[in-house]
Amino acid sequence: MLGKAWNWIRTSQVWSSIFRHGIPRDRRTRVMAIMSNVFLHLHPVAVRKSGIRLSFTWCMGGLTFFLFLAETISGVLLMFYYRPVPEYAFADIIALRAHITLGLLREIHRWGAHAMIIAIWLHMMRVFLTGSYKPPREFNWGVGVILLVLTMLLSFTGYLLPWDQLAIWAITVGSNMGKATPFVGMQGPFTDMVQLAGVPLVTTKSDAAFMLLAGTSVGENALMRFYVLHCIALPLAAATLIAVHFWRIRKDGGISGPL
Amino acid sequence: METTAPAGRSTYRPPWRLLIGAALVIFMAIPIVTMVIFGDVPMPTSIDKFKEFTNRLSVPEVSLTFFFTPLFVAGFVFYKEWTKPVVAIPLGIVFTIFYFGSMVIDANYFAILEKPDNVPISMMLFGTGFLMWWAMRQAAINDENIRQGKPLLEGSKDDKVLVWPDLVYTELICIVIASAILVIWSIVLRAPLEAPANPEGPPNPSKAPWYFLGLQEMLVYFDPWMAGVVLPTMIITGLIGMPYCDTNPKGNGYYTVSQRPFIIFNWMFGFIVLWVVLIVFGTFLRGPNWNFYGPYEPWDASIQPAMTNINLSDYFWNGENLAGFGLGVGLPENMWLRELPGIIFTLAFCFGLPVLLARTVMRRMYLQMGALRFYFMAIHFVIMGMMPLKMVLRWVLTLKYFIYLPELNFNL
Ligand code: HEM
Repeated sequence: MLGKAWNWIRTSQVWSSIFRHGIPRDRRTRVMAIMSNVFLHLHPVAVRKSGIRLSFTWCMGGLTFFLFLAETISGVLLMFYYRPVPEYAFADIIALRAHITLGLLREIHRWGAHAMIIAIWLHMMRVFLTGSYKPPREFNWGVGVILLVLTMLLSFTGYLLPWDQLAIWAITVGSNMGKATPFVGMQGPFTDMVQLAGVPLVTTKSDAAFMLLAGTSVGENALMRFYVLHCIALPLAAATLIAVHFWRIRKDGGISGPL
Repeated sequence: METTAPAGRSTYRPPWRLLIGAALVIFMAIPIVTMVIFGDVPMPTSIDKFKEFTNRLSVPEVSLTFFFTPLFVAGFVFYKEWTKPVVAIPLGIVFTIFYFGSMVIDANYFAILEKPDNVPISMMLFGTGFLMWWAMRQAAINDENIRQGKPLLEGSKDDKVLVWPDLVYTELICIVIASAILVIWSIVLRAPLEAPANPEGPPNPSKAPWYFLGLQEMLVYFDPWMAGVVLPTMIITGLIGMPYCDTNPKGNGYYTVSQRPFIIFNWMFGFIVLWVVLIVFGTFLRGPNWNFYGPYEPWDASIQPAMTNINLSDYFWNGENLAGFGLGVGLPENMWLRELPGIIFTLAFCFGLPVLLARTVMRRMYLQMGALRFYFMAIHFVIMGMMPLKMVLRWVLTLKYFIYLPELNFNL
């Protein structure tokens, strides 16, 4: 009975329009399963046995990607509730905890972010220790480094959004560095020398920290700026580079291994 | 950089590893013995004395110099020994008992560890420790196999499997486990939320997010333009440039230490000691006014940091510092003349030293890599070396700046 129903489903027009191959039981259908799915075909069809062992990759790259997806999903859900202005931001965070069923969104998003930082460091350590950045993977290592920076910036911009004491002062400490940038930060070395006909080009209203904060201190403009960076610009950049990263893994011959 | 023994020479090798081991033990014993015998640090004979003992020895000048660095060197030299499960498992157990057991004996330590935003740091520590062991274990086995001409753990490239089912199922299992852990973590531990933002009232200490605390720790030794701008930039450029500089064709795609010891030692030193350990210092052990507190020490906001730091120009032009060395003529008026010693030192260190290295101890490497690669690598290398150098000079000579040009906001 069940077998019959299953058979009926599998031969229906709907099913066969979605899956263009049989159950992946033999070599041909297994290959087809990977090749005919846009997501799965990020993988090659066959990989080195050593490359997929847990002992080799520790699954850390995969875990980083998993956490990126988890952050994206929980982040979109958080955006439904959160308003990035000082009047509401903190109250919205409280409300997230108090009024929402299961109230775990913020927890998942925050712990996932911390975990992603740890996972990406450990992924980098694995790639380093297996020498997998060596030719032909030099470029993909470079893509990885940019991803590392983006991940830390994502985490950094997100840190401000709860708008509590922890948030603004951590970001103040961090963005004070912008003030110290040589040539373009107000308190940085040589900035006084950057002038045109005696008129200083870099002022408190135009230095590197101002560009970051849209103000001279962490205020409502900084909140908006960090919010947009955090929810749109940085995730888009990261997603794009992750796509490049994965594509290059295939093009560089799959996971590395001894020749 | 591998060394192949030229044929026909005597095969006698001094027992290097034994000698290094003995030297490290003596080196690590120095502060403990001297501070207990000549100082007022008690022997750890009771819990209170043990706490005092640990607090006193954990200050960065002692623990980084005499504990973490030698321990790192030992871990590198003896990676074949300590990664054996019979050694590694007891080590792991002892560390775990010490790490979490301390929560039982001390309220201050407990308060640090149970802060929600510090929980990831414990995870990082245990994760990094465990994976380091796993990597070094496989490297040890591989290196032994290479020596004996046996195949590597990673097998050969003809060993292939289909992605469906072997990989996709592994991925599925990983996703399920990771989701479960994330959800449980989120149920057990609430995300931290402090009082609403108050632009007027900074907390003391004000800390950056934990993953930047290695850099904030560097602020003790460098000005913000260095700790917050130049060093991070050089970490990024150094990492991106690394694959183009490492011309060693060996060790591509498998765990090994013996085939690429130089880069593994330096990279891991940067990652473990200068990044991970400094993060732990910054989060766990830096309290009000960025003072250092031992793990079992209460944080006390009334303690002001001692500020008796001296610049290189003071040392050079004034006589009374450093037991009367120096010219004793007083600081010159002209700022460039005043800072000339520091400027010369810095230029020599950042640019002269790489040239010197290329001509002497790193000559082989220089010839192998070519000038461009070598100098790119060497400049990053010496600037990384400047971090420990400045730390040691601060501790030993209370040196504040090599170059002190407040006229230009340029202090190094
Ligand atoms: C958002 C961040 C990242 C994601 C999602 C990601 C994901 C992945 C995945 C899934 C793999 C397959 C093998 C594995 O799991 O280890 C991989 C490989 C690789 N990753 Fe990443 N990665 C990220 C960041 C980085 C970083 C920071 C680096 C280095 C600085 C890096 C360098 C590489 C290289 C060179 C490979 C090829 C390794 C090999 O062939 O053995 N990636 N990455």
